[in-house]
Amino acid sequence: MSREHHHSHDHTEPPADVVLRVKALESLLVEKGLVDPAAIDVLIDAYETKIGPRNGARVVARAWVDAGFKKWLLNDATAAIASLGYSGRQGEHMKVVENTPHIHNLVVCTLCSCYPWPVLGLPPVWYKSAPYRARAVADPRGVLKEFGTELGDDVQIRVWDSTSEVRYLVLPERPAGTDGWTEEQLAALVTRNSMIGVEQAKSPREVDKPS
Amino acid sequence: MNGAHDLGGMHGFGRINAEPEAEEPVFHADWEKRVFGMQLAAGALRKWNSDISRHARERQHPVDYLGHSYYENWLAGLEKLLMETGLVTAEELASSKAAQPAGEDLLKHRLHAEAVITTLTRGSPAMMPADTPPRFRLGDRVRARNRHPTGHTREPRYVRGRVGVIHEYHGTHVFPDLSAEGVRVGRHLYGVRFEGPELWGENANGNSAVYVDLWEDYLEPA
Repeated sequence: MSREHHHSHDHTEPPADVVLRVKALESLLVEKGLVDPAAIDVLIDAYETKIGPRNGARVVARAWVDAGFKKWLLNDATAAIASLGYSGRQGEHMKVVENTPHIHNLVVCTLCSCYPWPVLGLPPVWYKSAPYRARAVADPRGVLKEFGTELGDDVQIRVWDSTSEVRYLVLPERPAGTDGWTEEQLAALVTRNSMIGVEQAKSPREVDKPS
Repeated sequence: MNGAHDLGGMHGFGRINAEPEAEEPVFHADWEKRVFGMQLAAGALRKWNSDISRHARERQHPVDYLGHSYYENWLAGLEKLLMETGLVTAEELASSKAAQPAGEDLLKHRLHAEAVITTLTRGSPAMMPADTPPRFRLGDRVRARNRHPTGHTREPRYVRGRVGVIHEYHGTHVFPDLSAEGVRVGRHLYGVRFEGPELWGENANGNSAVYVDLWEDYLEPA
């Protein structure tokens, strides 16, 4: 892409030459023996079908129903999350931050796109985009408002900029009206966006209670 | 480096334009998938680490960095890494024909399909011992040093010169500024809380704070 090109959108309508360039690069790396194309297929499949925000939702739901687990999660998130089977790349050092009626947490990576892969998968386009990275630290309330989340001045906003290899996951508040719900039912209320902190967890009104 | 990647606090990018969560695919095109997979698979060859890799993307011309989509930046970074480490030559990249196969020393690290899940699950922890005791304690007031290195750093511009409080001690982690040069040393890492007005003055949001992970080299007593 030329330097003069004005790129007005966040994601991807590549010129055809990018597609060709990627194909050419892969065939070169395969010909040299540096990469196994089948390994690339497995990597893609892992993040398309196995490693995603449903993992994080299970962590949150467990914390909502099990006070002991929640305490462990807030004290040693890496170990607590690993006990549910989620660990590894881009989640080697996990930290969970808890929303309360008086504290709301929001996660960003202003310098690149750091994100807790084992629990949330790969980040959405908006999380990696310039407007989010620029504004989350300087105008978090404006960012939250764009996601439809308006919080009173009595709620302190804590923004976590992921500048190190520590990865942050927000523990949203358990929605009202969910007494007696099972972990599985609760997990359906936990969105990816609520674990980044741009939204609250869904209310029971927004979902059909799963059986 | 004071590059286009260091975006915290910049104006003018407009709205965030998030796609609805339920509808957004993990990848938006097949070529993005292949770039993602190639980056991870080539990384297994151990010719670079994540700091070197980040720095390769940051070193693009700022207009290119901001004009590219995310995976275009990954592609540009990957091509740069492959050439700078000698895994491929510029001629090979231009012709997409291999002049010679990779050496045996490289091929033994090649990521095989059956090893992918184990490799991902293991990850690569960043903890590394340091040879000095920590200089700061929880609750200490610290100033992020006003420094402008031309190499890689993880001290964002918007905290430099600003005063915060040590909120958490993370232990000793690989120091990215040197790691990006291929030198792996452990340094103390702290979570530092900055109040909104300390960072943004009269333009700060009410009742807000930013927490930033900063290595000891980035900090001085305040």
